[in-house]
Amino acid sequence: MKETRGKIFGVAGPTVMVKGMTGPVMNTVCLVGKQGLLGEIIRIKGELVTLQVYEDTSGISVGEEVISYGIPLSVTLGPGLLTGIFDGIQRPLEKIRAAAGGFITRGIKFEALDIDRKWEFTPLKEKGDYVGPGDILGTVQETERIVHKIMVPPGLSGTITEMKSGEVSGAEYVCMLEKGKFIGLFQEWPVRKPRPFSAKLPPSTPFITGQRVFDTLLPVAEGGTAIVPGGFGTGKTVVEQTIAKFSRSDIVIYVGCGERGNEMSEILSDFPALKDPTSGLPLSLRTVIVVNTSNMPVAAREASIFTGITIAEYFRDMGYSVAMLADSISRWAEALREISSRLEEMPGEEGFPPYLATQLGIFYERSGKVRCLGSDARTGSVTVISAVSPPGGDFSEPVTQASLRFAGSLWALDPDLAYRRHFPAVNWLASFSLYQAELNDWFGENVAEDMVKLRGRLYSLLQRQTELRDIIQIIGVEALQESDRLTLEAANLATEAFLKQSAFSEVDAFNTYEKQYWILKAIFAFMECAEAALKRGVYIETILENPVRGRINRMKDFANEGFQARAEEMMRDIENEFTMLEEK
Amino acid sequence: MPIDLIERQYRTISSISGPLIFVEKLSGGSLGEMCVVELADGEKRIGQILQLMGTTAIVQVLQGTSGIDSEASRVFPTGQTARIGVSKELFGRVLNGFGEPIDGLPPIVPDEYLDISGLPMNPASREKPDFFVQTGISAIDGLNTLVRGQKLPIFSGAGLPAKELALQIVRQARVSETADFAVILGAMGITSREDFFFRKSLQEAGALERTIAFINQVSDPTIERLFTPRIALTVAEYLAFEHGYHVMVVLTDMTSYCESLREIGSAREEIPGRRSYPGYMYTDLATLYERAGRLKGRKGSVTLMPILTMPDDDITHPIPDLTGYITEGQIVLSRALHRKGIYPPVDVLPCLSRLMGLGIGEGKTRDGHRKISDQLYSAYARGMDVRRLVTIVGEEGLSDLDRKYLEFADAFERKFVGQGEADRSIDETLDLGLELLKSVPEMEAVRRK
Ligand SMILES: Nc1ncnc2c1ncn2[C@@H]1O[C@H](COP(=O)(O)OP(=O)(O)OP(=O)(O)O)[C@@H](O)[C@H]1O
Ligand SMILES: [Mg+2]
Repeated sequence: MKETRGKIFGVAGPTVMVKGMTGPVMNTVCLVGKQGLLGEIIRIKGELVTLQVYEDTSGISVGEEVISYGIPLSVTLGPGLLTGIFDGIQRPLEKIRAAAGGFITRGIKFEALDIDRKWEFTPLKEKGDYVGPGDILGTVQETERIVHKIMVPPGLSGTITEMKSGEVSGAEYVCMLEKGKFIGLFQEWPVRKPRPFSAKLPPSTPFITGQRVFDTLLPVAEGGTAIVPGGFGTGKTVVEQTIAKFSRSDIVIYVGCGERGNEMSEILSDFPALKDPTSGLPLSLRTVIVVNTSNMPVAAREASIFTGITIAEYFRDMGYSVAMLADSISRWAEALREISSRLEEMPGEEGFPPYLATQLGIFYERSGKVRCLGSDARTGSVTVISAVSPPGGDFSEPVTQASLRFAGSLWALDPDLAYRRHFPAVNWLASFSLYQAELNDWFGENVAEDMVKLRGRLYSLLQRQTELRDIIQIIGVEALQESDRLTLEAANLATEAFLKQSAFSEVDAFNTYEKQYWILKAIFAFMECAEAALKRGVYIETILENPVRGRINRMKDFANEGFQARAEEMMRDIENEFTMLEEK
Repeated sequence: MPIDLIERQYRTISSISGPLIFVEKLSGGSLGEMCVVELADGEKRIGQILQLMGTTAIVQVLQGTSGIDSEASRVFPTGQTARIGVSKELFGRVLNGFGEPIDGLPPIVPDEYLDISGLPMNPASREKPDFFVQTGISAIDGLNTLVRGQKLPIFSGAGLPAKELALQIVRQARVSETADFAVILGAMGITSREDFFFRKSLQEAGALERTIAFINQVSDPTIERLFTPRIALTVAEYLAFEHGYHVMVVLTDMTSYCESLREIGSAREEIPGRRSYPGYMYTDLATLYERAGRLKGRKGSVTLMPILTMPDDDITHPIPDLTGYITEGQIVLSRALHRKGIYPPVDVLPCLSRLMGLGIGEGKTRDGHRKISDQLYSAYARGMDVRRLVTIVGEEGLSDLDRKYLEFADAFERKFVGQGEADRSIDETLDLGLELLKSVPEMEAVRRK
């Protein structure tokens, strides 16, 4: 890596122009000016080199020095990532807090991971073994929840000549290969370069969120992508946070990209106290937070999603299923636009650079289920769920449209539902999942034989609800046929009892598939019984006045444990009640 | 803001465009540096370096460029960024939008000078905002609860009583808050009538000794408006985090602020974003709004209530839209309710307080608060649906139940929302909510425990 220096020639917003560099390399980092702010080369035009600077540029003067070491923007990967909170360029925010207090002072620098901290290393290979990229050399119990696998970095291979065991720090090596190649606990990886794997695998298992509307109606596969567009206040962040809390993934990478500081303070204070549904251990033990709030420098915001996805890939490479939650990808796109406009590039639609869609595609394509590098053929996955914040809530804008091209599931949020406090405010008819067909077998084998059929029935019922509501708008409820009224009421019940799910309810925030299935069963049991009673000649009022609907609606408040038994008991009650209803 | 003249001076203005001047052969200037621009007749104006390219600097002039010439006018860089002198002596004072006294009293002696851009709060240093602030307004306390350290804007329309509501909140919150309560007003582009109204109301509320007002009137320099909220927030952070005050900052009118931002953007010939507002407006507004909050290990808090006027009552306009994307909820005012004579005319359905969950419940407001609020929302939303339906199918098409919801919606607007000048305790608010819910049979199940 060669070092080159230049002098600042201009400053505009987050960009700095430099002259006098010899052989600058695109996308490598520089130290800028007297304060040594971090920047990245984003354009080279003749002798004029343009940098985006990851810190506030005010106070920078023309003539100050810029140094480049020819290294691309990279993250440090290794034990100590979990429970951590980092900014967009992986500066450790807890350390900054300890040193600087309430605010982030400029030019403050810390290593991302604590290099002196000792870890108990358990070797899995020994002297004389031949190892290649991705092979697991040994493990470190990083948190009570997660075993961190120390892997041979991509590109390295050879016979082990020395292997350590016991306490090791990030500054030391754990393994030496022939020809004096060292492997330590930490590795560096350029954020803009996807980490390699052996093969991409087709989706076959669902990514379990515990949210009925997603898991049953609009599933995303492990290794898939879902986008969550919606106007302000429609519930994107709550969706992301709920998934961070309850999803059945091994690792959660939460990227707060250009959003609010207070939302992060909530996660930071809640996660150590909340238990993850699989292990019963604190959520923080499986979580890494990358946060560059809206008021932090935009260039670092642009980098934040790449920092996040690189960390996600790294844990994927260990064979874990990783959830990468990005809130919000629109703020990333806006950062890109802001920098592009400072470069005076020819703008595309709505001022976004023409390469917006390409860049977005590169990001989304880093999701996936893969066979990892390494001889044990383990699999890992990165599932990306990203919020999209369309201006004015209008989905026709470029970021939503470009994201749609890469998304396997669309969870469209609707302000009208949010206004009436129907949460998650998913517009079920405007949303889609392209994974349904691929996951049908899994549903049949792991949930229930008729699960896929039930989902189909639910879809038709909801479709019918919309039609009937339209009709009512013209003729009024009273003019509706009795059987239609019954269908409408059943659909409304499904909306209330199934689709609506409060993220703040202790018992209902996470649902097993068992619970989801049995609530659906109960709704359709009600519908069948009610239809039969109506045919038999029972007054529709008598049917609708029966408190059974209220009871189904309250099934949410049953715990996941033992749900089937309680549900079956209730369905017997429903049948009994209905057979006893008197005819006209 | 004091500006000490230093040696360097430039008589090299090459072009003038809108509020910007281009200064050539400038050496050693830094981004954000303040300058003094001296006109031929000796008048001094304030400028700030916005961009540097080689030896050319783009300087925005707060008081505008009219009268500046390229021959005789001189530019003196000061070597300093924009700063404000802070001290508790500011209490009770009225200053202009740039932080200079306009109340005829002597200048204050600052304890220190602070950069008005501030620094980003470290997300890891933030304390979760969870302390309930009783505003005495039912639509807020009951349904969209405010907590200390929150940023909760009022989305208003031209002629709607947003300022009255903001002052009522300040007045009433002051009563229920502790002795450490302080109010900062940052006014941008307000009329002299509004200015008069603010000062009079604050005085009547007896709040003046705990109030600091920064006032930029319509007739004052437009570029000054870009500084006003930053100065107000810098003082707020100082009082909150150095002296432990719970500071409520009211910024009005953010629409004027955004227009000034647009003016600079177009003078710089930037590629405009939606409706010709700059593409970086989201980030710019965030650097203001995100300054609200609480810090771990510090006593005070900054609570922010920006007021904005939605052009054409359009909530999708970039100003309310970007604000809503940054703030922790919004209080929306409705012209329809205002016409009906309902005060405060709070349009409950699109309102939101994202931090409500943290500030309510047992020990804070009352057990069961969330449930009452949710029920009121569903019942009112349903009542509004019925109201729409009536305009199409007439009252005859309605079921009995529908009628009950219709009546509920009316009563809710009149009694719960339209409280007038009353200052309601949280218990009064919630009891009234329960009382109203009794009229809709399905909702009757919720009762005070
Ligand atoms: N599943 C849910 N259960 C209960 N309440 C919810 C749910 N989802 C959203 N809400 C409510 O809606 C509010 C807004 O949600 P959220 O902050 O997630 O919106 P957002 O779409 O992220 O908005 P923005 O784009 O402005 O960040 C929350 O504060 C909460 O009150
Ligand atoms: Mg959000």
